[in-house]
Amino acid sequence: MKSKQIKIALRNCGHIDPEDIADYMSKDGYAALGKCLIGSREGVVETMKKSGLRGRGGGGFPTGKKWELAAAVPGEKKYVICNADEGDPGAFMDRSVLEGDPHSVLEAMAICGYAIGADEGYIYIRAEYPLAIKRLKIAMAQAREAGLLGKNILGTGFNFDIGLKYGAGAFVCGEETALIKSMEGNRGEPVMKPPYPAQKGYMGKPTNVNNVETFANIPAIINNGADWFASIGTEGSKGTKVFALAGKVKNVGLVEVPMGTTLRELIYEIGGGILNGKKFKAAQTGGPSGGCLTEKHLDTPIDYESLKQAGSMMGSGGLIVMDEDDCMVAVAQFYLDFTVEESCGKCVPCREGNKVLYQLLNKITHGKGELEDLKKLKDFSEVIKSASLCGLGQTSPNPVLSTLDNFYDEYYEHVTEKKCRSKHCRALIKYIIIPEKCVGCGACKRACPAEAISGEVKKTHLIDQEKCIKCGACYQKCKFNSIIIE
Amino acid sequence: MACQIKENEIKEKVIEICSEFKNDPNDLIAILHKAQNHFGFLPKEVQAAIAEVLNISSAKVYGVVTFYSYFTMEPRGKHPISICMGTACYVKGAEKVLKEFESKLEIKNGQTTPDGKFSMNTLRCIGACGLAPVIMIGEKVYGGVKQEDVSKIIKEYE
Repeated sequence: MKSKQIKIALRNCGHIDPEDIADYMSKDGYAALGKCLIGSREGVVETMKKSGLRGRGGGGFPTGKKWELAAAVPGEKKYVICNADEGDPGAFMDRSVLEGDPHSVLEAMAICGYAIGADEGYIYIRAEYPLAIKRLKIAMAQAREAGLLGKNILGTGFNFDIGLKYGAGAFVCGEETALIKSMEGNRGEPVMKPPYPAQKGYMGKPTNVNNVETFANIPAIINNGADWFASIGTEGSKGTKVFALAGKVKNVGLVEVPMGTTLRELIYEIGGGILNGKKFKAAQTGGPSGGCLTEKHLDTPIDYESLKQAGSMMGSGGLIVMDEDDCMVAVAQFYLDFTVEESCGKCVPCREGNKVLYQLLNKITHGKGELEDLKKLKDFSEVIKSASLCGLGQTSPNPVLSTLDNFYDEYYEHVTEKKCRSKHCRALIKYIIIPEKCVGCGACKRACPAEAISGEVKKTHLIDQEKCIKCGACYQKCKFNSIIIE
Repeated sequence: MACQIKENEIKEKVIEICSEFKNDPNDLIAILHKAQNHFGFLPKEVQAAIAEVLNISSAKVYGVVTFYSYFTMEPRGKHPISICMGTACYVKGAEKVLKEFESKLEIKNGQTTPDGKFSMNTLRCIGACGLAPVIMIGEKVYGGVKQEDVSKIIKEYE
């Protein structure tokens, strides 16, 4: 059941040969650029504004508005940057677009260049995506040869060319000011806004930064009209969104659905439901900046606003489905581990605050948490959110706050009863042999690396809880289901 | 496994790489990528040479190298093992796979085996979430890796 899908950003992925410009052109490729170049710059900006397209990288800032700002700044030299530093763990839509339809991004960048008055563009791409890099290079060479990039494009006198800049594995570089710093050969540390990149960006010049998926929508918008695009989606969020469906769901992969599709449609109709007949627990959106949606959100139409209201965010579109075996405290800890590692270290609330959050969560998952730690988690989160410099720190406590809101009872059990209901937190579980079921085969005893199991052949075995390191080796080896986790 | 590259060789290569980028410090990251590709890692001798050619401080180069996780100052093993710890892999049990590699190779995440054969590191999402949990050895991707597959995978390289 994939009928709910409408493909705009992914319209050509899998349908054309990404290494052949002729194939792209047979699908109206570069027609949008031609159409823009014979009209006025203001007209292009107006179309973008009317379409209601918003940034697909996470923030959701209206694209037309962004272009208008960059176009209004006076200056001979301006830049267009495509943010392809897809760093959200669990999201890979940008990679798919770049690998499957690189020309759509190049075309859109040229359109943007025309609209804001820039003659140079860069794609800032992760070095971890070698195939995407290769295909972009091929596409750029073909476009140049066809006179669609370079000097005097289509004989209109408009000049625009594109280069590549490589990331080197820093999540924070997805933040636009950090990205610009990195492009200039520096550590990717964000700077205060304003000035916005539209005023003072790459090399100090007015710069417009958009994400890959945002760009991929643009040729389709120009070709089919702003009204067509605006007719899809919800009141505040137009068009479609690509989600990377992953985790404990039957069908994993990229899906593109109209804004306003519900979580239930995504997980059950498109995703085919939860793996192994388990129970749905949560869906995580927005990566390390986002939060968890629960059963009560299953029928909420997904768009920028509704996700925000639910304590999460759109982010780049990673959607990780979790089932009853996933411990929400451990999930929060997982994200904080990520943030601690990826914080650039420039501002104190993010650098130190996230460490404190991580340590508190670590304490709780190890059975040493106290009730007051839950309050501390909340207090620290609020401080980090309000006092951090950039988007990373301002959103990093979201996984904690959202799990605290939606799964407070799990946190509560961890600290008061020292119990992990998902049986995930090792320190809080016990492996126990049920005497009635144990046949005394000795398989568990042989498997135990800690020599924690005693018992004679054909007699009931026993696990010494003091020695047990909770590796689960015995549990896996027992053929008689006589070992349980408590 | 100290630096086994000769000093004059470093200088020569660094000059060559930097000139490809017109000795522009704005291209420092691209230069470091090329240098790491060539030398396998970025020891301080290479960093110092780059700093000298680009006419910037070694501290600046060091700052950039240590900021980005892609750059390494330690030589990697002949077969670098990367274990994806992205969210999708995490919920599908990447942690167990990591622990298994650690115990089988008797090294910790980030280390290299004493014989220089394997090194291990974690990374954040290679965009193959459909195959989770995913590991990479060199360029080869293994999907749906289970704890019990680990010894078999290591054997392929022995």
